Amino acid sequence: MTSRLKAEDLGLWRGDRCLCRGVSFTLDDGTLLQLVGANGSGKTSLLRAVAGIGRLDEGRLSWDDQPIRRPSAYQGDLAYVGHHNGLKQHLSATENYLFYQIVAEYSSSITASEALGLFGLAGVADRPVALLSMGQKRRAALARLLALKARLWLLDEPLGSLDAAGTALVMRLLRQHLEQGGMAMVSTHQPLELGSLPVQRLEMGTVS
Amino acid sequence: MSPLLAVLSQDLRLAYRRRGEMTTPLMFFILVTMLFPLGLSPQPELLRTIAPGVLWVAALLAALISQQSLFKSDFDDGTLEQWLLIPAPLELLALARVASHWFVSGLPLVVLSPLMGILMNYPEAAMAEMALSLLFGTAILSLLGAVGAALTVGLRQSGVLLPILVLPLAIPVLIFGAQAAAQAARGEDPSGALYLLAALLVLGITLVPFAIAAAIRVSMES
Repeated sequence: MTSRLKAEDLGLWRGDRCLCRGVSFTLDDGTLLQLVGANGSGKTSLLRAVAGIGRLDEGRLSWDDQPIRRPSAYQGDLAYVGHHNGLKQHLSATENYLFYQIVAEYSSSITASEALGLFGLAGVADRPVALLSMGQKRRAALARLLALKARLWLLDEPLGSLDAAGTALVMRLLRQHLEQGGMAMVSTHQPLELGSLPVQRLEMGTVS
Repeated sequence: MSPLLAVLSQDLRLAYRRRGEMTTPLMFFILVTMLFPLGLSPQPELLRTIAPGVLWVAALLAALISQQSLFKSDFDDGTLEQWLLIPAPLELLALARVASHWFVSGLPLVVLSPLMGILMNYPEAAMAEMALSLLFGTAILSLLGAVGAALTVGLRQSGVLLPILVLPLAIPVLIFGAQAAAQAARGEDPSGALYLLAALLVLGITLVPFAIAAAIRVSMES
């Protein structure tokens, strides 16, 4: 098996405070990396840096043995759901979904109604996102994962404000994604119920 | 559909949904222009003399007001994060945003400017030239404002900082724009100043998207 995503000696600084240094990991097809650590330990910063949004102060990231530069093939291959949902408040969940499907490099053939239906949003898919509840907004944001045909999912606290059914659905989608050879980096405090699938854990905040 | 068109159509749809907010800069333009005859004196000769400057300064201020929101909601709701991941050049997305912003906030102002010209006793024969100078000018201002808006989008107190950043850059636009309108009002040929404005606009469309994209990246880094 080849290492798709390889991180060597990553370091993140905010001002003169070191969030982490010497973080190394590899992600292969069909594997998941769970980020754990206290609040403020740099999980979000690390995910943003791996996504190419935030600044990476030290270390190297490579994808398919190529150093990552933007805009690169790598970015067409990843889906990121961060703290912010990335949804336009005055557009409906359907319109938001379609936007990301249109601009994606590899978009899936899953239609908006299928994806939003799966996330239990069929009844509110045409309402402005501003009128949805926190959990429904989170579901609409996660539905974006189905719009893109991304091999790497970067999820920052995906289970936040989700109910039990929503959590189970995310677990099911993660399992499917990994079984199809996808990869995921997930920051969450909840245990991931992925059966026999391999889960690596990366403890953040151990460097002071 | 290309990412450029996708951003354009999404922006225009959003603008339509929030059309109440979108008319604020236009209202501001009308009100500021109307204050001058009230505050100075409604003598036709005086108004005719100051009309080019008043119309241009009012347009500049209205543009500044509308620029505050150029990237704000995208920053707050996480859309800018997603923009960085869209496998199209960020410069192209930024240009699409500027275009839609100008279409919604600049173009209505240009369309309305002859009406405000009449209010200011601006000669009717020169109305087309004045509107043309504002057409180029508002587009350049949208481009310049986008750089400032992208730079300050992550800051909490960006309200005053944005005009301080953008106004000095807008001075050449104001000089040539007001000059073109004044020349046309005097019956002179304004083509020199208009050509310069057009050249500035072409230069802006070519180079400014790179500055906007760099500013967005800087704002998103931490």
